[in-house]
Amino acid sequence: MGWHNKVLRVNLTAGTCTPEPLNAEWAQQYLGQRGLATKYLVEEVDPKVDPLAPENKIIFATGPLTGTAASTGGRYSVITKGALTGAIACSNSGGYFGAELKMAGWDMIICEGRAAKPVYLFIEDGRAELLPADGLWGKSVWEVDEIIHRTHQDPLIRISAIGRAGEEGVMYAGVVNDLHRAAGRSGVGTVMGSKNLKAIAVRGTAGVRVKDPARFMQAAAAAKEVLAGNAVTGQGLPKYGTQVLMNVINEVGALPTRNHRDVQFEGAGHISGEAMHEPRPSDGKPNLVTNQACFGCTIACGRISRIDQKHYTVVNRPEYWSASGGLEYEAAWALGAATGVDDLEALTYANFLCNEQGFDPISFGATVGAAMELYDMGVITDAETGGLRLVFGSAEVLTTLAELTGRGEGFGREIGLGSKRLCEKYGHPELSMSVNGQEFPAYDSRGIQGMGLTYATSNRGACHLRSYTVSSEILGIPEKTDPLASEGKAGLVKAFQDATAAVDSSGLCLFTTFAWTLGDIAPQLDAACEGEWSVDRLLETGERIWNMERQFNLAAGFTAKDDTLPKRLLTEPAKTGPAKGKVNELPKMLPEYYQLRGWDAEGVPTGETLSRLGL
Amino acid sequence: MRITFKLYASLGEYLPPGARDHKIELEVPEGCTPTRILEDHRVPGGQVHLVLVNGVYLAPAERNRPLAPGDELAVWPAIAGG
Repeated sequence: MGWHNKVLRVNLTAGTCTPEPLNAEWAQQYLGQRGLATKYLVEEVDPKVDPLAPENKIIFATGPLTGTAASTGGRYSVITKGALTGAIACSNSGGYFGAELKMAGWDMIICEGRAAKPVYLFIEDGRAELLPADGLWGKSVWEVDEIIHRTHQDPLIRISAIGRAGEEGVMYAGVVNDLHRAAGRSGVGTVMGSKNLKAIAVRGTAGVRVKDPARFMQAAAAAKEVLAGNAVTGQGLPKYGTQVLMNVINEVGALPTRNHRDVQFEGAGHISGEAMHEPRPSDGKPNLVTNQACFGCTIACGRISRIDQKHYTVVNRPEYWSASGGLEYEAAWALGAATGVDDLEALTYANFLCNEQGFDPISFGATVGAAMELYDMGVITDAETGGLRLVFGSAEVLTTLAELTGRGEGFGREIGLGSKRLCEKYGHPELSMSVNGQEFPAYDSRGIQGMGLTYATSNRGACHLRSYTVSSEILGIPEKTDPLASEGKAGLVKAFQDATAAVDSSGLCLFTTFAWTLGDIAPQLDAACEGEWSVDRLLETGERIWNMERQFNLAAGFTAKDDTLPKRLLTEPAKTGPAKGKVNELPKMLPEYYQLRGWDAEGVPTGETLSRLGL
Repeated sequence: MRITFKLYASLGEYLPPGARDHKIELEVPEGCTPTRILEDHRVPGGQVHLVLVNGVYLAPAERNRPLAPGDELAVWPAIAGG
């Protein structure tokens, strides 16, 4: 159990919704969510497919612990071939949608084909139907949420939707649920938009059954005590959220600034987690209103913020005066340090727009940073921007571009391409700070060496959530390693990648692992669902998932040559801080990584490795 | 000698009056150590987790090493993000 053993197959071309049994054998090999849905995708989709063609599929998948009483057991993932990257994409989100889907009696939704006209999927327990979305197309995520609730007269419906960015072909459009939780990366919302699927609305009352309820509740309660007693998950994250990292990463000289020209940002303090707590001079109120938890979460790291009503972005615009999803560290970095903007209220407004119109703040901010560098070089001029002066540090430019990008208008259409396509278009591909088309998150790999290998080998393009070695290299969790050393990082990255793939397949939040080990997770899984789920089995499952994703990308046309970093990080030394004079030492780490993975010198899993993992 | 002392997150309340943006310049005796400065400001030892000098991590055993003029000492409680 943990499963309903029921998958909903939605054929958008034919307009049909058909239940089918979950492949229980695959669930034993790939656990759930990221792993299991990726297995479905690789079995059903040609790796060479155009991500925006009807032949691509998009899967909304829960894990076995989604919707249970396990702490943070509300996660779901969106799996597809990514629009931004052309690689396997899996974006994970919290909120309440995933748990509601499971409560409705479905483990997974597979959407295929393309609807002739915009539709939305409405699920009420076992009943699923496609409804016309004529009145929703052209609307924002927030408007869609309101209209669907009004139409069905049920405030408890949970909605996952695309905004205008997903309709307009912004290449890093995300899928947003519960107004401001997002499966944000790799352009999963772009794929959803290409299928004319505007939203999925779900109401569930079926509940979730687990295999051994008494043992499960005991394991879940014990694990919750670990979270509560841990200083990070019990105190630090609830109070400051992920944004507490802004000053840390700046201090260690790994905060990418102005398109990675610099590694420290003079304005970091103004856009930090601490700054969100401080009363504003204008109205005496802090930016942060409260923290917020997703379904079943006992950490509650989410940020809820309110923009200063006198700030230029929202003067006379009361629709933005309410409290809404505030800045997480990655968004604050991309909208702020990557562009040189240190106006906290402007960043919060831009973040609101990312949620409202459904686009990834990381890729958006990083692309604006790249455009600003091209403007600084005179490559992009006022003629292309429509008069917008793209100077580093301009809050007005940032917020105007957020408005334009979300609506697919003006120079926002160029920003919506993502930095890789934008920089290629203007003749400077080397200035895109990305791997496989996806922009870096908030850690400069010259100052945190393991993150260079993490980015270069990430199966979904540059990403911190595939192997968060920052945890070890900077924060000392589970043990401290030297961020400036490349020795030993190949093993560290592999270990993080495999463990993370398992956690991402469980229905739990990765942030639990600041306190939990797989030893805390395995007993919960083992009590909830079939199979002897031990730590070793989870690690093996994670490794199997990683290699399956790698195989998909290789078949899609990626090669070892793509396991690299932009020239800037490999040849331009950091200018300040502890990493001053250092570049990323990827060439030292990559061969050892391939060896540890059981891949050949071309980065291809050997027959022995595939056989060992049952692939 | 002068050093810069920075306390972040929940430790910010232990900074002396006059601190701005979570930091203050201090005049300290030659040979002064991070441990001594934290004790002088009554920062609870159990809450001291991440200690950086000029951005470089100091393990607990290294926190009795003398600071140099111009050093920047930055300290956090147990925190994480992502």
